Amino acid sequence: MTVAQPALGASKRPSRLRKLWDTLSVVLNSRIGTVGLAIVVFWVVIALLSLFWTPYPPNSSLFVQNLPPNLTNVLGTDHLGRDLASRLMQGTQVILLKTRLPGDTHVAIPGGVALWGVFGSLFLGAILGLNAGYRGGWWDQVIMQVLDALIAFPVIVLYLVIIAALGQGDLVVIFAITITGAPGVARLVRSLALDIKTRDYIRAAETRGESLAYIMYREILPNARGPLLVDAMLRVGYAIFAIGTLGFLGLGLPPPDPDWGNMVNEARRNIFLNQWAVIFPSLAIASLVVGLNLFADGLREEITRYQK
Amino acid sequence: MATTTSLDTSSITYGHTGPVLKLENVAIAYKVRGGEIEAVQNVSFEINRGESHGLVGESGCGKSTVAWAVVNFLGANGYVKRGSIRFLGRELTGRSGEDLRRLRGDQIAMVYQDPMQALNPSLRLGDQLKEVLTVHRGMADAEAARRSIEMLERVYMPDAADVMRRFPHQISGGQQQRVVIAMALLNNPALLIMDEPTTALDVTVEAAVLDLIADLRREFDTAIMYITHNLGVVARVCSKVGVMYAGEMVERGLVEQIFKRPQHPYTQGLMRCVPKLGADKASSMLYPIRGRVPPPHSRPIGCVFGPRCDYAQERCRMERPALRTMPNGVQVRCHFAEDIDPSQWQPHEDVELPTLREVVASEPILEVQHLKKYYEVSGSTIKDILGLRPKSYVKAVEDATFTVQKGRTLGVVGESGCGKSTLIKTIIGLEDSTDGKAEFMGFDITGNIASRDIKLIQELQMVFQNPDSTMNPSYTVGQQIGRPMVRFKTVPKKQVRDEVIKILQAMRLGETYYDRLPRQLSGGEKQRVGIARALASHPNLVLCDEPVSALDVSVQAAILNLLLDAQSKLGTTMVFIAHDLSVVRFFSDDVAVMYLGQIMEIGPAEAIYAPPYHPYTEALLSAVPIPDPTAAQKHIRLEGSVPSALNPPSGCRFHTRCPQRHFAPEGGAVCATQIPPWQETDNGHKIFCHIPLETLRTFDPVISHKEKD
Repeated sequence: MTVAQPALGASKRPSRLRKLWDTLSVVLNSRIGTVGLAIVVFWVVIALLSLFWTPYPPNSSLFVQNLPPNLTNVLGTDHLGRDLASRLMQGTQVILLKTRLPGDTHVAIPGGVALWGVFGSLFLGAILGLNAGYRGGWWDQVIMQVLDALIAFPVIVLYLVIIAALGQGDLVVIFAITITGAPGVARLVRSLALDIKTRDYIRAAETRGESLAYIMYREILPNARGPLLVDAMLRVGYAIFAIGTLGFLGLGLPPPDPDWGNMVNEARRNIFLNQWAVIFPSLAIASLVVGLNLFADGLREEITRYQK
Repeated sequence: MATTTSLDTSSITYGHTGPVLKLENVAIAYKVRGGEIEAVQNVSFEINRGESHGLVGESGCGKSTVAWAVVNFLGANGYVKRGSIRFLGRELTGRSGEDLRRLRGDQIAMVYQDPMQALNPSLRLGDQLKEVLTVHRGMADAEAARRSIEMLERVYMPDAADVMRRFPHQISGGQQQRVVIAMALLNNPALLIMDEPTTALDVTVEAAVLDLIADLRREFDTAIMYITHNLGVVARVCSKVGVMYAGEMVERGLVEQIFKRPQHPYTQGLMRCVPKLGADKASSMLYPIRGRVPPPHSRPIGCVFGPRCDYAQERCRMERPALRTMPNGVQVRCHFAEDIDPSQWQPHEDVELPTLREVVASEPILEVQHLKKYYEVSGSTIKDILGLRPKSYVKAVEDATFTVQKGRTLGVVGESGCGKSTLIKTIIGLEDSTDGKAEFMGFDITGNIASRDIKLIQELQMVFQNPDSTMNPSYTVGQQIGRPMVRFKTVPKKQVRDEVIKILQAMRLGETYYDRLPRQLSGGEKQRVGIARALASHPNLVLCDEPVSALDVSVQAAILNLLLDAQSKLGTTMVFIAHDLSVVRFFSDDVAVMYLGQIMEIGPAEAIYAPPYHPYTEALLSAVPIPDPTAAQKHIRLEGSVPSALNPPSGCRFHTRCPQRHFAPEGGAVCATQIPPWQETDNGHKIFCHIPLETLRTFDPVISHKEKD
């Protein structure tokens, strides 16, 4: 059997980053996936750029109020005479790049609110889903009934309840996204676990007397990563949408950083005077969400194509 | 309209005198990303009326592709690239779909491997059968029903009129395949294509279906194209056979000639891979074919079999041989067919052959007494839910008693659903047992794995059936083999890598496999890694659950050799489950025959395969397809299907189907009422039967040879 073996994958252990890129790069084979990726990359670049440079300070009223787009202010100004382009750029940071800790400490941790929120729901959802799917029986019943009950609430009501109870703040928004996202992730992971646990390699692990935790997190979870990755991309889109909604209701991310939803809400009052201040933040939210959705679609298409 | 067409075609059928199907130099290609792949090259053969033509070869050799090309089923990206396919004298290639439909009419029928997928689960069988006639022929409903019942009776379906009213799930797998065959025959097709029609069936059911096909060949004037990987099946139903390898027909001729004197090195190699029924590891050896089937895009320029051939010479590498007709009428695609003498053959030095060690009887390592495993069945009525009705149980294993001695192999055979798998799941601790005693190395193992000590777990490992799911796709080969060493701390962490490489070399895989992922391996390689993982912690007992049944014969031979080698080097004890009786005979020292959760016969392998037999063993043996057309087999067929384990028959569980019951005391009346005694012959051979041993001894052996060679 060892004869005539082509030197396949000459041995060098691939790094974790390399593996992730191998998974993600298949998306370039799909046209819509590539478009989605381009949109997402555009916003990430904008966010990184805004860390070092914006055309004007985003929070100072330097200009005439409610200007339409012109040569000085590319996207116009808002009702307080602040540059819209600078505020939009700065607004990407809280979503994608930083989470401000509570208090007046100005300390931020890397990773935006949307990303941490999705990470939270993946983490919580995966634990619940694995326990429900692999253990089965009463574990399954109890976990899934509670989660189904949670799903029965309209999401927006849950947001309002959580924020009313805990007050405004980045961490609270992350918590809200985690709680509302976890049931969906748990259902996905449960269905994958139900399938994967019938495979022989799980039997092999059981006959080695491996612990429940090892089987769930080391044997099952890695094989669920493809569908989970796609789901995570979609969820980042939903999370951005949720942040926008909360901002619009005035419950979102607190100042001083501009928040896209809040920008729409404030500009709405002057909509007959200046439509641009509503249109541009709305477009920003829509394009990022659509971009992530296209990217996720492309990823799903390509991952399932090679699954056989 | 439909009537006239079918009248037309049938008149042409009868007017046509040449072969029903004639393929000439057919090449079939699939378009893929960045080019195309020629899956089949240069295939020529013809099938006459009333002839049954087999196509054999390992998976990926293009057998099914040929069949699909005939029925234009190649999919969107496949097409016939060269050559001609003539059906009843008319060319099929290069025509549009509608044209083809009209030409073929209802003259070609196909039977697939899985009958459940060929039948619509939501329609009654009668409606599905009648539809063939009412739609294709415009026949009236009552007439169609009458014809369908007639046809069901012709395929020996018991109670045909009743079957018409049933749904597919209400009849057994063998009966489903009969219905599919009946459906295919309803239109009296000129050509019947069968693609592995018995592969999914149990050996006793397979035997009955093969009998049916052989009968049909005689009665109907149909040409049959029979695709299979099993040489024994070909020997039983075909008159001619073509051996395919890597998309080419390498040898073709009458079945008797091919089996008696194979002339192509590949055919010879195939025959050496399969254990003969009755051969054991001490007296015979399996010789796997070295290397593997080349994928279609990297076939050699010369002979396709050249790189694996023991006789290959310079000419074989440079020039592709043509299919030549030999003096005895057999066609062979080999430059040196005349010069090859298989009796002078010596295995190539690359071929891995096991070194066997004489196993002396020693102390028992596994002792099982009256082991039972019942599964509780929850009913769905309100009474069941409230617990008002007594609970019912599936009695998967009922009273298993046996011992396995250190260093020996116990083979377990039986049809599917007889409790083989449950038995080893209970032993390894994936399930806890319901009742009985089980001791391994003196420790109690009736509980499941959670109740066992880690040292005990380490000594009991398992090899699984399906190569595609035996390895975790997320981890490399090295990580997976190393895991048991880390888990059981048999090797210090720093030396795990070296130890894994040692095992890989013992499995003839080499160090380069350490960092490969499962998707980069072939089925046989995955199975080797599965075995390596099971052996990594140096267990005392390895349970093998059909480790070779999903593999091609040449790979199967290599894996069996590997297991034998590992066993003799490490002194491992094994329990080996398989449904292939020749493999079990070859591999095992002792054999247990199971039926419906009950061990029917147990003893040394050579004693099981010779009289006195248990009647069930006798039936199993007479059902095995033997790759030797000259062998005569007793014709014993079991009636009906295996009864439900939920409510097994009283007395002897086999009495409802036992063909020899009349030999038992009181004309077989005791069989239904009393549990049979264990009758012991010599050297530990025990038979669970009412029929006196003296009577059992008088039975003839199942297999005899018409002519000795």
